[in-house]
Amino acid sequence: MQWDWSAVADFMPRFWDGVLLTLQALVLGSLIAFALGLVWALAQRSSLKIVSWPVTVVTEFIRNTPLLVQLFFLYFVLPEWNVTFSALVTGVIGLGLHYSTYTAEVYRAGIDGVPVGQWEACTALSLPRTRTWQSVILPQAIRRVVPALGNYVIAMLKDSPMIATIGALEMLGQARQFSAETFQPTEPITVIGIAFILIAYPASLLMRALERRLVH
Amino acid sequence: MTDLTWGLWELLLKGVWVTVQLTFFSTLLGAAVAFVVGVARTHRLRFVRFVSGAYMEIFRGTSALVLMFWMFFVLPVAFGWQLLPMWAAVLALGLSYGAYGSEIVRGALAAVAPAQQEAGIALSFSPWHRLTKIVLPQAWPEMIPPANNLLIELLKGTALVSIMGVADTAFGAMLVRNATGESAPVYTIILVMYFVLAFVLTRGMRVLERHAKAGIGQAPPEKSLGVRRRASIPQQADAFRSNVVGGS
Repeated sequence: MQWDWSAVADFMPRFWDGVLLTLQALVLGSLIAFALGLVWALAQRSSLKIVSWPVTVVTEFIRNTPLLVQLFFLYFVLPEWNVTFSALVTGVIGLGLHYSTYTAEVYRAGIDGVPVGQWEACTALSLPRTRTWQSVILPQAIRRVVPALGNYVIAMLKDSPMIATIGALEMLGQARQFSAETFQPTEPITVIGIAFILIAYPASLLMRALERRLVH
Repeated sequence: MTDLTWGLWELLLKGVWVTVQLTFFSTLLGAAVAFVVGVARTHRLRFVRFVSGAYMEIFRGTSALVLMFWMFFVLPVAFGWQLLPMWAAVLALGLSYGAYGSEIVRGALAAVAPAQQEAGIALSFSPWHRLTKIVLPQAWPEMIPPANNLLIELLKGTALVSIMGVADTAFGAMLVRNATGESAPVYTIILVMYFVLAFVLTRGMRVLERHAKAGIGQAPPEKSLGVRRRASIPQQADAFRSNVVGGS
């Protein structure tokens, strides 16, 4: 095994570009996943079958099919419908949409975990529906599920290299490009593999700590 | 969907077969890794616990796709080991999903009542017998629902190998797309194919869960007499206990 430190040094500027893009995709994807997941969770609770059924079917479908294929679908099919996004935007939409189906389950569990007495108290105080959700149910539900949401952000981080396949130059994309130019795959791919661990492990420790503080 | 010829369908179906094979072998490897690492994390030696914990954190911490790239491109260059693409894929998937699975195994082992272990010690069972005769039979029905989720994740993960040129479903879709020049039909078809595979797996795991739970006398879902009779003992014990608590 030969290890070339100068290749690592050459790769570093691109590596930081890649980290930046990965984090961008992660933040934007998380925002979409958090917002859309809440929409799905509320829609699934709707008493209107015409709302809850299609949403359940669509989220189940998205959750049970590979993100990679969904990304290809978005990347190749949207332009056929004359909707064109950059690789990064397509990737962010794909990541956000895919993980929104997971966060929907998380929100659902959180909402179900709010004690019935809270609902009854809202009825007793004759709070309007929006106020019930905004001030009573969601603050309690979301507080409990913050660590679970955080774990999905970590999972999303580990799936983010997939957007390299549609041409977004995040960490893996940069490593691929670098090794294609220099024929040195060992250093860049090892570096980004370690970088993922260095980001994901402290983040998972943080989530465990949050879980101890918020949930129990 | 009109211009998908039989030959192109065949390409997709062959891809599905490769996906099924990949899922099967990766599950075997992943399950083996999960059991070994999961049990090792409950070992009495601190060193064994540390090594298995480190394995779990490293393989869970990194991205499966990056690991796969590493197996495909770094291993041959750095160590001179050229694996067949199919087996490199199985290795990468099995090792990383096995790390996730080890948490399931560890959690289920920890959920078995400590008194069961103590009873085993009192009866002077060897550690191996305590594990295989007492703890695992009770723990494994608990593992099935989370293992089902992980299995679906693994199935979805197999799509990654198409990037490495293994001719799975997603790879077949790429070829069909190139041949027909249309993306929407073929990608819709393979998304449905993946969904059907996931659905079949979930159904299979439900059946397995029913059998496993019936085997240790929990939640009898079938109206079989043998199951009912065995289940009635802990239920009565519970009812007794709650009566006592309620009365006091």
